[in-house]
Amino acid sequence: MSQISGQELNRNRVVDWALMVYIVLAYAFVFAPIAASFVFSFNSDRFPSIPLGDFSLEWYRAVAADPLVWQGLTNTLVIGVVVGVVSTALGFGAAYTDYRYKFMGKQVYLALALLPPTIPVIILGLAMLAYLSRIDLSGRAISVIISHVVVCAPFAMAIIRLRLSQMDPALEPAAWNLGASEWATMRHVIIPFTKPAIFGALFITMAVSFDEFAVAWFVSGLNETLPVKVLGFLQGQVSPRINAIGTFVFVTSMTLVILAQILLSGRTAAPRSSTVDKE
Amino acid sequence: MQRDTLVSFEGVVKRFGTFVAVQKMDFEIRKGEFLAIMGSSGCGKTTTLRMLAGLEAPSEGTIRLSGKPINHLPTWERDTPMVWQSLALFPFLNVRENVEFALKMRGVGKAERRRRAEQWLDRMQILEFAERNIAQLSGGQRQRVALARSLVVEPEILLLDEPLSALDAALKVRMQAVLKNLQRETGITFVYVTHSQSEAFSMADRVVIMSRGRIEQIGSPQEIYGAPRTRFVADFLGSSNIFTGPVTATSGQGLEISTKDGPVRLAGPVAAMPGQGAEATITVLDTKTHLSVARPEGDVNVLPVRVIGEEFIGATATIYAETDSGHEIKVQKSHDELASLPISAGQPLFAWWSPSDSHHVGAA
Repeated sequence: MSQISGQELNRNRVVDWALMVYIVLAYAFVFAPIAASFVFSFNSDRFPSIPLGDFSLEWYRAVAADPLVWQGLTNTLVIGVVVGVVSTALGFGAAYTDYRYKFMGKQVYLALALLPPTIPVIILGLAMLAYLSRIDLSGRAISVIISHVVVCAPFAMAIIRLRLSQMDPALEPAAWNLGASEWATMRHVIIPFTKPAIFGALFITMAVSFDEFAVAWFVSGLNETLPVKVLGFLQGQVSPRINAIGTFVFVTSMTLVILAQILLSGRTAAPRSSTVDKE
Repeated sequence: MQRDTLVSFEGVVKRFGTFVAVQKMDFEIRKGEFLAIMGSSGCGKTTTLRMLAGLEAPSEGTIRLSGKPINHLPTWERDTPMVWQSLALFPFLNVRENVEFALKMRGVGKAERRRRAEQWLDRMQILEFAERNIAQLSGGQRQRVALARSLVVEPEILLLDEPLSALDAALKVRMQAVLKNLQRETGITFVYVTHSQSEAFSMADRVVIMSRGRIEQIGSPQEIYGAPRTRFVADFLGSSNIFTGPVTATSGQGLEISTKDGPVRLAGPVAAMPGQGAEATITVLDTKTHLSVARPEGDVNVLPVRVIGEEFIGATATIYAETDSGHEIKVQKSHDELASLPISAGQPLFAWWSPSDSHHVGAA
């Protein structure tokens, strides 16, 4: 109640409107290129120009008819799913280790585990190429998977770690105390508790892998993923097909990210049992 | 070992690095009793409970349950369920699933699990909430779920780690009655850790008072209240006036010590009589200490004091006064008894009590 009256008291219509306009402009700036790409993907004209030509699905048809695009898409999807699963599993292990154990050099362990996303992707891509070719793993789908796991696992770890930090520290020992072995506790308490974060991490890491270009470009060889393929198209000729692919990639990524968002924001504040209230 | 002993601690020590949380602990928990372990934070009471639950391993010594050493039994193989301070209910399970958890882990079949869980939910008067989420329950209802969850395996012993600390005062008193009745009806041994004197003294058959990893006293609430065994206990309970000084006279009928404010006498038998000249501590309960305007006659201890202030606690009031040397004396009386006294700051009065109400504690 006091919250509402407080809000009412502090309201200033002019400031409200100014902030609203500011937000609209900021979003417009951010999303204009994507929106343009989306609009032109349905435009019959060869070159993006205004006024628009007719509504047309011909660029989607052209993309769908291109076996190279299908191959890129298949690569991207397979790699994305494998990367998502592996990164989430690794991230979960790393996050649980951090939650459960105290050990010498834990700060170093954490710093190293969370480091990869801070390395410039060009450097990471080059290093990956040099390393993977030395152990004879470059130019294959597995090369992209390995490289993407390196990039994605820290995201998964960060997401799952956040969830574990919201867990009542007594929950795990309480399960042991009720007769659950450590494995049973993992299965019946830790995993159910972190489940939203596990799926959130799965979708986010898939989305990251799906969009990632630089590292994939270095290590993919002939097994190009869709973003790498797009660059190939651009180098050859500018075609509205790019817009069609771009729209598809954007929608897919957004779907994954929004799914993750729903999972992670839905009742993340785990109810603590120790609230004071009356019967 | 007595026949009715359920748990025994034999020379148990617990160290965390260089910090000694529990030092050389020897005591027994009797079958079917309500035992409270009380002390201020950091005294080792929770560590003691966690060792019994198998959540901490003793550094030295042996803990026996029904005569068998359990030191190296992991907590999931012991039948020592615990009610946690935070309750630690599983937020992703509903009420019934929470209660069924321990049975599920023991491989009890689905139908049997459900039957036994519902029986306990009914007993705790929360059966109607069986399918609810934990987040939808009030504090008191959660307490009941936590109790049902621990008791559903029908253990010999139940451990409780300050389970009432998050409740408001009225609900706390109500839950104390629930716990006490539950313990009486089931005959399950309760070990209840708390820092609250009122919780410990109102529910427990016996109370263990701990300080700095050591047991200071074990006894019934009446014993401890009436005869604190150490200076620490007397201080901790806060209901005694305490006097320390060298012994000036001893006899079969009592002893006398000399304090800065004059002699203080004790009449009655004294266990472990201190020698002449040794430091001794004499206490007297604040309820057995009296105040008067005129110097009382007869065989009493008398100290001239000045009133510092007064504190109301429901039907009684505590008068705080100090002697010339600054030693604090408190007197607890009903408002009627105090009505005839001029109580105002600085007022000179006489504090007095019968030497037979004096009590000797170890000098520690």
